[in-house]
Amino acid sequence: MSFRSPGLPLRGRGPGRIRGLTGLVLLAGAVAVASTPAAADAVKLTLYSAQHQQMVEMLTSGFTKQTGIEVAVHKGEAPEIANQIAQEGSSSPADLYITENSPELLLLEEKGLLAKVDPATLASVPSAYSSPTGAWVGVLARENVLVYNKSMIGEGDLPASLLDLAKPAWKGKVAIAPTDADFMPLLSAVKVLVGKDGAIAWLKGLKDNAAVYDDDEGVVAAVDRGSAATGIINSYYFERYRVETGDDKIHSAIHHFGGGDAGALVNVSGAAVLKSSHNQEAAQKFLAYIVSKPAQAALAASDVDFEYPLAAGVPANPALKPFAQLQPPRIDLAHLGDDQDAAEMLREAGLL
Amino acid sequence: MTPSAVHRRLRQTQGRPPLGFLALSAAGAGLVVLPLAYTVVEAFQVPAREATKLLFRPLVGQLLLNTLDLVAAATLLAGLVGTLAAYFVERTRFPGRPVFAVLAAVPLAVPPFISSYAWVSLSPALEQFAGALLVVTSSYFPLVYLPVAAALRGMDPALEDTARSLGVGGFSNFLRVVLPQLRPALLGGMLLVALNTLVEFGAFALLRFRTFTTEIFAEYRAGFNGPQASLLAVVLIALCLVCLFAEAKVRGTRRYARVDRGTRRRIAPRSLGRAAIPVTAGFLILAATTLGVPLGMIAYWLLQHNSAAVSPVVASPLALAQAMFSSIELAVLGAAFTLLLALPLAYLAIRFPGRLVTMLERAAYLAQGVPGIVVALALIALTVRHLRPLYQSTALLVVAYAILFLPLAIVGLRATFAQVQGSLEDAGRSLGLSRMRVMLRVVLPVAAAGIGAAAAIVFVSIVTELTTTLLLAPIGTVTLATEIWADTSTLAFASAAPYAALMTLLSILSTWLLAGRFGRVNGGEAGGSA
Repeated sequence: MSFRSPGLPLRGRGPGRIRGLTGLVLLAGAVAVASTPAAADAVKLTLYSAQHQQMVEMLTSGFTKQTGIEVAVHKGEAPEIANQIAQEGSSSPADLYITENSPELLLLEEKGLLAKVDPATLASVPSAYSSPTGAWVGVLARENVLVYNKSMIGEGDLPASLLDLAKPAWKGKVAIAPTDADFMPLLSAVKVLVGKDGAIAWLKGLKDNAAVYDDDEGVVAAVDRGSAATGIINSYYFERYRVETGDDKIHSAIHHFGGGDAGALVNVSGAAVLKSSHNQEAAQKFLAYIVSKPAQAALAASDVDFEYPLAAGVPANPALKPFAQLQPPRIDLAHLGDDQDAAEMLREAGLL
Repeated sequence: MTPSAVHRRLRQTQGRPPLGFLALSAAGAGLVVLPLAYTVVEAFQVPAREATKLLFRPLVGQLLLNTLDLVAAATLLAGLVGTLAAYFVERTRFPGRPVFAVLAAVPLAVPPFISSYAWVSLSPALEQFAGALLVVTSSYFPLVYLPVAAALRGMDPALEDTARSLGVGGFSNFLRVVLPQLRPALLGGMLLVALNTLVEFGAFALLRFRTFTTEIFAEYRAGFNGPQASLLAVVLIALCLVCLFAEAKVRGTRRYARVDRGTRRRIAPRSLGRAAIPVTAGFLILAATTLGVPLGMIAYWLLQHNSAAVSPVVASPLALAQAMFSSIELAVLGAAFTLLLALPLAYLAIRFPGRLVTMLERAAYLAQGVPGIVVALALIALTVRHLRPLYQSTALLVVAYAILFLPLAIVGLRATFAQVQGSLEDAGRSLGLSRMRVMLRVVLPVAAAGIGAAAAIVFVSIVTELTTTLLLAPIGTVTLATEIWADTSTLAFASAAPYAALMTLLSILSTWLLAGRFGRVNGGEAGGSA
């Protein structure tokens, strides 16, 4: 049924086939126009998510089961989705936003795009993990750690402080993902502890020592296969990698910084209702649900999400070091800022 | 007739281009320019002092160097590999030829971020430049292979025969007769490789190779700063212009269709004799490199059971089928719309290559010099502010695909149209057919092989596209690519594997059906003579 020689195009099967092709093109155009979505009658929430899909799916399906309210999820990378919300402004189709780190929420808050969270919802988690103004609520937390390759470095040789990694002794032994949304709060924490100049000096040292990856996923995989001896990551990524690879095949382990070191910073993942949402009540219900004990307990028990539940009295995944034993630096979330300063410091150090 | 007689410059005397075609072409070019213009306007919102500081950092210089080095190396290497593969497949006999003819097109269907993961997990030494070159070349050499193969298929063998009868044989015949005729296809394909390399992101991020694109993403990610990222995107647009200019310079204005009467005979593939063994071996190595390693990794993860037990994104047959259906639906619509815009442009570019048409064509290429995220965010801003109902509709996503992949389609079509004899159209016109009927009954059938190949490339590119799909897809739409992303971004490689396998299967099938059906490999039962 192939086209025959082009020598005699006016005969044969060609024209019929081409009419078919034209039809297809016209049909395609018609379908494209016709399939523009229509507005739904029942309340249906739209969640813009920069959190990992597996946990979001658990939360949305649990919420729908409990309330009957459907949740449509629009997913993407944190900065892309945050940019998208900023672009959409007051006409955003989103009712809700959930993300892995607090700075993007702070930024949307600064742009005046977030509604206040119900006080009862805010009360379900310790106030230190939510927005001081009540514009968003903390949902889960994750710890910064150092992943290391067990065959490349001994436990005794691990650094006491994150700041040590900038010393010449660590040249060629560190992997970092400086533009990952998880790294920048860490940098902001260093700035709070040692000042801006100190933080930039630390970054410059780190730049000399480190191999630069795009994200924590890249770092964790690189360390495990021996491209780098150590890497700065959130413990979340190590646990995912461990589960995925299997304990018998893994070559790496994690090292927790202690004593309030910047390296032990706890990042907060949060959620918010958009001011522009037309479904404020239902959206607030969703926030209340995701910080409720049953929802948080289900997440912690799932082996899908290796973050710490923030609702009081919910034990974390047993694979994680108990939350109470972590020794994070004492820094208010508000002091971690919205990543703008961190980006500026990265540029100054030549990492961005 | 000597080859040079055909290749000499002829004056183009077709007169003014038909208005309908021109209008369609202008619409296509306009669509492309719209988001770019928005990006440029946004870039100019950065205060001059800050802009200077941002652009003249040592890091930017390093990135520029990285980007240019890789673009040059990948373009040359892909040009070489693609041309060699196309030549052997179309013109020679060797064991396994029909299979390799398809296998050489399929790597385009494997997203570079999948190949880069595969390679890096084999050897960390493949990070940085070497790995980036390997991945980009393996993924994009089909962009040269497909148009060059189509051109070889459409070529008139009489020229080579004539040359041979004049004593020009073997390699010299290839260099002096065949290669010059391949120029539009080869240079067009190489241009696409260059442009694709310029905007590649996922693979480089994994390979720790920092280019201009990864920097733009980093800027969005870290600074959360649209105008600054736009500023860097404008530099990328400038680089794209340089590519276009260079390609235009070397392509020139030669003509490639036969000008005399007569019909073509089928080209008989040459027997290679003993040389068939190294050629087959070469194709085996090529297939192992470009397909074996990435597919092997997918297979490896398919056989791992860890995350199947822990991930709720279970690859149920229904979920897989739904994702596949969405991918196919979007890719069919996108490819159809892209071709609709590309056909008149490519046709005019060949038949009426005036200043206006050239300008429109160049404009259509521009979007290729901008990463998907830039185009997507510009479209978001434009539709949210001015065309609200279109926002997050299938229609807008289809338009976005057309913007991104118009150059792919144009290059393929251009190479094909270049071989359509103008005299055939004149004959059709003189027999009383309208311009549209001539198009439908003469031009399109003759160009069917190239159209099929172009459709295949666009289809496959849409199936594997990620960033724009994530940002612009109607809420709730799930495609194979977005599922793979959701799983790999949480290191759930095993749960991504069924989707990756399905995506690759779909790509292989579509390449087979479209490219194979419309432009079957020369030889065997196909391509009879008139």
